[in-house]
Amino acid sequence: MSVTRLLAISLGAILTNNFIFSQFLGICPFLGVSKKSDTAVGMGIAVTFVMGIASAITFAVNQILVKLGLEFMQTVAFILVIAALVQFIEMFLKKSMPSLYTALGIYLPLITTNCAVLGVALLNVQNEYNFIESVVYGITGGLGFLLAIYLFATVRERTEFADYPKSFEGFPIALITSGLLALAFMGFSGLEVWPM
Amino acid sequence: MNFGKQLKEGLITNNPVTVQLLGMCSTMAITTSITNGIGMGVSVMIILTLANIFIALLRKVIPDEVRIACFIVVIAGFVTMVDLSLQAFFPAIAKSLGVFIPLIVVNCIILGRAEAFASKNSVAASAVDGITQGLGYTAVLLVLCFVRELLGAGKLLGVQVMPSSYVPAGILVLPVGGFLCLGALIAAMQWALNKSKEKAAKAEGKEAAE
Repeated sequence: MSVTRLLAISLGAILTNNFIFSQFLGICPFLGVSKKSDTAVGMGIAVTFVMGIASAITFAVNQILVKLGLEFMQTVAFILVIAALVQFIEMFLKKSMPSLYTALGIYLPLITTNCAVLGVALLNVQNEYNFIESVVYGITGGLGFLLAIYLFATVRERTEFADYPKSFEGFPIALITSGLLALAFMGFSGLEVWPM
Repeated sequence: MNFGKQLKEGLITNNPVTVQLLGMCSTMAITTSITNGIGMGVSVMIILTLANIFIALLRKVIPDEVRIACFIVVIAGFVTMVDLSLQAFFPAIAKSLGVFIPLIVVNCIILGRAEAFASKNSVAASAVDGITQGLGYTAVLLVLCFVRELLGAGKLLGVQVMPSSYVPAGILVLPVGGFLCLGALIAAMQWALNKSKEKAAKAEGKEAAE
């Protein structure tokens, strides 16, 4: 394992293979909670936090499943772990960091059904990442999500006042906007730390 | 049983994707070829119907406070079954859909219908709801697949249909195309629905005047 590899994973997760713009994971919260840039940042931070911890825990859970020969239970086990984890983080934050809890409050329960979190757990297994790589992938994937949702929210605040056809009101204009952002992110494709 | 009414709701007036705006991730991610669209649509329809039936059966047993967790366990069980069957019988489709089959667990359509319909209605009605909503989802997938595969690759079902002089608009099969096509489709649906609403309102106004 080398630092280069970790760097390559991070770069991929944030820019070239951004969870939103190239893997389509986590679109629901991306479109749902992006009307204001400060709430978008709150959601992004919460997702990053949960994705990092979930990567670490699902890695351990997967080791146990493999040892028991129960790999086919992966999906069920992962979703239960993530649901329990989110609940647990919520309780923990409420007790020990009430200020962070009130800031993230409403977004935390929503994260259970965020496909980026289950997606990162499954992708870690699929890509055969080791423990550190999994955690790095989880955190940087979350940072990629944060970057995407923040950029999108700032654009969306402006499109509110734009003059577009009535049929495009609401979701369609949001989808077109994110399509254009995805186009911009395509510029990063082919970016590599150096060939491995 | 008003199958016709539920079918119309599932396909048009209350379509899971274009009206309820659920299940966006998979809709945009996998609609690059018609084979993918059929595989995904049928999988979701089967899981949705089974999960709806099962949750409707259990709706009086499940306590209200833990219902979401119970729904997720039921759904995850069915998703695992479909995932394993696909890998066994259709390995090619399973491979091209990849991580999006297990991700059906967190597809909001299934949890959304469990919460909004199956937990309040009879088993038969929930089964019909599963089928019609699944059809609505599949229909949207197929429309997107058709446009993206035909214009983006010049093919349909993997067979070249456009003349060789046609230069495929490759951008449509890239992620960008997913966002743009779905945006345009939803806009078209909103336009059509608004138009028919206006018509109905006008007709009503006329009747009232007479």
